[in-house]
Amino acid sequence: MAQEKLLRIDDLTKVFITGGGFYRSRVVAVNDASFSLKSGKPEIFTLAGESGSGKTTLARIILGLIEPTKGSVKYKNREVTQISKKEKRSWFMKEVQPIFQNPFETFSPLKKVDTYLYDTVANYNMAKIGQSVKEYVNEKLGVVGLSLEEVEGRFPNELSGGQLQRMSVARALLTNPSLIIADEPVSMVDASLRMSIVNLFKDLRDDLGVSVIYITHDLATSYYVSDMIAIMFRGIIVELGPVQKILDDPFHPYTQLLKKSIPEPDPEKRWTEETKLSLSSMEKKEFQREGCKFAGRCPQAMDICTSLEPEGFFVDERTVKCHLYNNSN
Amino acid sequence: MPIVEAKDVSAHYITNVYGIEREVNAVDNVSLSINKNEILGIAGESGCGKTTLLKVLFKMINPPLKILGGKVEYNLNNKKFDILTLSDEGFRHIRWRNASYIPQGSMNVLNPVRRIKSTFRDFVGTHCRMGKREIDEMALEHLNDLSLPPQVMDAYPHQLSGGMRQRVTIALATILKPDLIFADEPTTALDVIVQRVVIQLMRKIQSEEKSSLLIVTHDMAIQANLTDRIAIMYAGKIIEEGKTKEIFKNPIHYYTQFLVGSLPKIGDKSHRISIPGSPPPLNNPPPGCRFHERCPEAEEHCKQEIPPLIDVGDGHKVACFKCTANERVVV
Repeated sequence: MAQEKLLRIDDLTKVFITGGGFYRSRVVAVNDASFSLKSGKPEIFTLAGESGSGKTTLARIILGLIEPTKGSVKYKNREVTQISKKEKRSWFMKEVQPIFQNPFETFSPLKKVDTYLYDTVANYNMAKIGQSVKEYVNEKLGVVGLSLEEVEGRFPNELSGGQLQRMSVARALLTNPSLIIADEPVSMVDASLRMSIVNLFKDLRDDLGVSVIYITHDLATSYYVSDMIAIMFRGIIVELGPVQKILDDPFHPYTQLLKKSIPEPDPEKRWTEETKLSLSSMEKKEFQREGCKFAGRCPQAMDICTSLEPEGFFVDERTVKCHLYNNSN
Repeated sequence: MPIVEAKDVSAHYITNVYGIEREVNAVDNVSLSINKNEILGIAGESGCGKTTLLKVLFKMINPPLKILGGKVEYNLNNKKFDILTLSDEGFRHIRWRNASYIPQGSMNVLNPVRRIKSTFRDFVGTHCRMGKREIDEMALEHLNDLSLPPQVMDAYPHQLSGGMRQRVTIALATILKPDLIFADEPTTALDVIVQRVVIQLMRKIQSEEKSSLLIVTHDMAIQANLTDRIAIMYAGKIIEEGKTKEIFKNPIHYYTQFLVGSLPKIGDKSHRISIPGSPPPLNNPPPGCRFHERCPEAEEHCKQEIPPLIDVGDGHKVACFKCTANERVVV
């Protein structure tokens, strides 16, 4: 390996099997995903896609919460699935921390929010000798723009969604992680507070050197905040590369469709032409489709698309899984 | 003449549990009118009273929601209806035939144990004297207009995808060709591609029927794309109202400026500033202008007096002392 990576994912596949006997069916939630995060240079990596595209499953595999069917996840050159339980607690879980989607569900309504912070410090043995726990917690709350006074003794219903989401970020920061996995962190937060959370991720990257995997379906915020982007469709990463390259000029027909469907906050740029939606009852069939999963909806589909699954082709600083960009023909 | 006119409506949630009384001022002295053949958007963050305002306008007032004052008038076929004092039976004749409602989270509002066909029959049968076969024919035709396949009629809700269920709900709300449609967050929780289709559909229905559409959503991009006029709500009050283009190009209230300025766009990586602070609690709103705690330009009298909604020209109304200091045209 030429260069050491913070996180390296190779040919990762996760198959869920539901039902049994005649009703048995396979859903490939993550299909042959590969990407990596640079070590030494923190970056924000976006995983974008519709609901049901496998974004969350991929995140859960990286966190070690579910085992992949095939492939490998290497964090700092160590296989995540091979880490022993003890070491997972003492090392891996400190290094990689999650932030979840709905701040109102993350915190139990019966517990005071500051207990989460103290518990995390206690569980991971984080406070240094000679430094009081409260001081340490206050320092981390300061990073996200809160103070212990504001949250001490409060229940989750007394704080706003934006404050709670900052709390989750502060809690994740307590263990000094190098990687934060944020699963739709702003989808439940109001528009006026959304940017404050997104800006917070930028600060984490620039000031604390924390890499962030930002999972979202909102391409506008991901353009704003991230460096790299992976567009997922039906479990496959169809396009992967620098965010400006991909969103300014998308190559894969699916990314093009996705970009066209985002409403722009500008009344001068309304949609004028109609899009045709193929009937969405075929979602399940799309998962099981041979060849390219998007072929059924693709305006540029060719014969080869329905029979052969496209490999990743490297064009213009990005990897595109589409036969259109196969240079050999 | 506007089709709906609301004047000084106040609606509070009043609960009394074990002697502890709690009052939430969800809608406070709001005046609003909806014109014929227009799409009006109500924007604002969650918990600012958008949905409550819509409930009042559609007379869905159940405890703990209580109307404390004001008047809502519908202008239908040159007749005026004061709906807040109208009897339930009287409003039953208006509901769905003249005014309909697309509820929030409408992919989950269909009865899971009835086929779509039966839902249509229940729905139309209650409001029109029509036979089963007539209703089925009418429903099929309407579904076809909305590009839903006829098989939908025999399906149960769980057999349809989220986007399809959403479209079925829209079909139900529009089948009797109402003059007035209220939609509460019709595209939240849908994927972007489906969202686009739903929005196009609503615009198509509106322009074909020349009806009035009131759409409540916090998504400013949808507002920009669909509406003719926008009313911005903050903490139970309308703070700015005007033509969509005006609001986006020339926002006057500080809150609107922040809201429009903080929207990220593809192709623009410049730094965005978010509004400091967080929205005030509605059970104990701050005195004076409700935005003063977060406003960068707040002055002493903003903390005591409530700014009135003032017309600054061309129907653009703002409630802010500082922004309207030079204009003195009180509406």
